[in-house]
Amino acid sequence: EKSSSSFLNKLSKAIVGKSKVDDEVLDDLEEILIASDVGVDTTLKIVERIEKRVAQDKYFGTDELNKILREEITTLLIESEKGGNIDSVDSLPKPYVIMVVGVNGVGKTTTIGKLAAQFKKEGKSVVLGAGDTFRAAAIDQLQIWADRVGVTLIRQNMGSDPASVAYDTVQSAVKQNADVVIIDTAGRLHNKVNLMNELSKIKRVMQKIKPDLPNEVLLVLDGSTGQNAFEQAKQFTKATEVTALAITKLDGTAKGGVVIGISDQFQIPVKYIGVGEGIDDLQMFDKVEFVDSFFK
Amino acid sequence: MFNNLSDKLDKAFHVLKGHGSITEINVAETLKEVRRALLDADVNYKIAKDFTAKVKDEAIGQDVLTTLNPGQLMVKIVKDELAQLMGGEASGINLSGNPSIILMSGLQGSGKTTFSGKLALFLKNKKSKQPLLVACDVYRPAAINQLKVVGEQIGVEVYTEEDNKNPVEIAQNAIKYAKANGKNTVIIDTAGRLAVDEEMMNEISNIHKAIQPQETLFVVDSMTGQDAVNTAKAFNDILNFDGVILTKLDGDTRGGAALSIKSVVNKPIKFIGTGEKMEAIDIFYPERMAERILGMGDVISLVERA
Ligand SMILES: Nc1nc2c(ncn2[C@@H]2O[C@H](COP(=O)(O)OP(=O)(O)OP(=O)(O)O)[C@@H](O)[C@H]2O)c(=O)[nH]1
Ligand SMILES: Nc1nc2c(ncn2[C@@H]2O[C@H](COP(=O)(O)OP(=O)(O)OP(=O)(O)O)[C@@H](O)[C@H]2O)c(=O)[nH]1
Ligand SMILES: [Mg+2]
Ligand SMILES: [Mg+2]
Repeated sequence: EKSSSSFLNKLSKAIVGKSKVDDEVLDDLEEILIASDVGVDTTLKIVERIEKRVAQDKYFGTDELNKILREEITTLLIESEKGGNIDSVDSLPKPYVIMVVGVNGVGKTTTIGKLAAQFKKEGKSVVLGAGDTFRAAAIDQLQIWADRVGVTLIRQNMGSDPASVAYDTVQSAVKQNADVVIIDTAGRLHNKVNLMNELSKIKRVMQKIKPDLPNEVLLVLDGSTGQNAFEQAKQFTKATEVTALAITKLDGTAKGGVVIGISDQFQIPVKYIGVGEGIDDLQMFDKVEFVDSFFK
Repeated sequence: MFNNLSDKLDKAFHVLKGHGSITEINVAETLKEVRRALLDADVNYKIAKDFTAKVKDEAIGQDVLTTLNPGQLMVKIVKDELAQLMGGEASGINLSGNPSIILMSGLQGSGKTTFSGKLALFLKNKKSKQPLLVACDVYRPAAINQLKVVGEQIGVEVYTEEDNKNPVEIAQNAIKYAKANGKNTVIIDTAGRLAVDEEMMNEISNIHKAIQPQETLFVVDSMTGQDAVNTAKAFNDILNFDGVILTKLDGDTRGGAALSIKSVVNKPIKFIGTGEKMEAIDIFYPERMAERILGMGDVISLVERA
C-alpha cells in the first residue's frame, strides 16, 4: 500500500533541480496507474506527458506537482455535458428516453433503480421498461426496484421481444406525459453478434415513435473490469452509439482506471458512478475525486 | 485485438538470428513483450514482473535449434511456464460427504447463481447425483426467485425460506431437509459481497463455519482486472476456499485474472462458465488458458462451444 503523500514526496524529491523525472519515480507512477487498470497504452501516454511538463517547467513544489499529475490524467477524461444530468432535467426533451446497456452482471438493473429514484426525487415522473426478458427473474428484479422507488414498470412476459417492450414503454410514457423513460436490457457479451443486433433493433423500434430516440444510451461498466472494458465500449458504441458511461461497484477496492483510456479514445463522458447496492448509492462522476482515488 | 505474440517475439528476435543461444541481452526485448502481453491480459503487474523474471531464468542459455526460430522457442517456454503455473494436479469436486455440501462465494454479479444451476445440472446428469439448490441470498431483489427459475429449468429442487433473513439458519435447515429427503448434494448460493464489506464477510464466514462444506468455491468474472488478487486473497483468508470458478469465458477477455488468482492463493481453477445457458459449463484446461492469456487465442473454439 502506497500512500498518496509518500509517492508525491518521492516524486518531488526526485525532480527538484532536475529537468527530468527519475526512472524510479516514473516506474512508481507507472505501477500505480497499471494497478488501477489504466492499461499500458494510457499509462505510457500519461507518463510521457508528465515527463514533458517536467522538462518544460523545470521546478515544482509538491503541491504544484500534485496538481500537474492530476491535471494530466484528468485531461484524458471527457467532461460530461450538462444535458441529461439529473439536475438539469427540466431542459430535456420529453419524455427523455435512456436505454441502458452492458455485459452480464455489471449492474444495469440496479443502476436503473437508483437512477429512477434520483429523477423521482427531482419531482420527475419516471416509467421503466423491463427489456430484459431473458435472464431468470430479471423482470421480477426490476419490478421490486420500481415498487421500491414508486414508479411505473411496463412489462411483458418472459421471453417476449425486448424491442416490443421498449416500444410499449415509450408509447405509454408519451400517453402519460412522463418526464423520463429508462429501458433495461439483458446483459450480453459484446462479441455475440445476434445479441448486439438485437440492441440495434430495440433502438430502431423506439425511433418509430420519435426519430431521435433514445436520447441517451448509457453503457454500464463494472469498475472491477480490466482491459476488456475497452472492447465493450467499442462494440456497444458500434451497435448503439453509446452517449454516456456509468461505472459501478466503486465501493470496492477496484479503481476503474480503464475508463480513462475509454473516455479518451471514444470521447464518451463518464456520467455516473455506483458506490453500493442501496437506492442512494449513485453519484455524479467527479474527475478529480476519481483520479485521487488512485493515489490513496 | 489478439495481436500475435509470436510475431512480436519473432521481431524482437530478429537481431539475434545466427546466435546459438538465448542470452541475457537478447532476451530483454522479448521479456518486455511478454510482460506487455500479460498486462494487456490483466495479469496483476507484480505477478507479471515475477513471471517474466522466472521465464528469463528458464530461457537463458537454452540452445536455439536451427529448425525452430527463436521467437517460437521463447513462446513455447513462456506458454509452458504459464500452463504449469495454472495447472498443478487435476482436481475434481469433492463429493465425499453425505450429503456433500458445496458453498458458493464471490463478488456481486460474478455468476454465482447461474453457476450453482450449472453445477447442479452437471452433477445430476454426469454424476447421477440428487442435488438440492439452496437460496441463501436474502438481499438482492428477486435473488430467491432467480434461483427458483433456474431450478425449474433444470429440474432440480430449490430450498427457500422466503421470510427468513438469516442465511446461516437457512443453510443449516436446508442440510437437514436434504438428509430427510434423499438429496446427496447440497449447493448453497450466497449473496454477492465485496471483500471490504466486513459485515458481509463475517456472514459468509459464519455460514462456512456452521455448515463445514466439503467444497467452497470462489466464483470470479474472467473480465476482472488488477483487483482480482485483492479479492481472491481476502476471500481465501476468510474461507480458505477449495477452488475457483472462472465465468463468462465466452467473451473475448484474455482472462489474466486466472493467473493472478492462481499465483496469489494457489488454489485450482475447477470449472469455467462459457455462456448463460445451464449447459455452458466446462472443466478448466490450463494449456488453453495459457494460450488465451498470451493472445494466441483459444477464443474461437470457446465461442463455438458456447
Ligand atoms: N457493491 C456494489 N454492488 C453493485 C453495484 N451496482 C450493482 N451491484 C450489484 O451487482 C449485482 C448485479 O447487479 P444487476 O443490476 O443485477 O446487474 P445487471 O447488469 O442488470 O445484470 P444482468 O441483467 O444479469 O446482466 C447485484 O448483486 C447488485 O446488487 C455497486 O455500485 N456496488
Ligand atoms: N455470457 C455469460 N454470462 C454469464 C455466465 N455466467 C453468468 N452469466 C451472466 O452473468 C449475470 C450475473 O450472473 P448471476 O448468476 O446472477 O451472478 P451472481 O454472482 O449470482 O450475482 P449476485 O447474486 O448479484 O452477486 C447474469 O446475466 C448471468 O446470465 C457465463 O459463463 N457467460
Ligand atoms: Mg439486469
Ligand atoms: Mg446471485
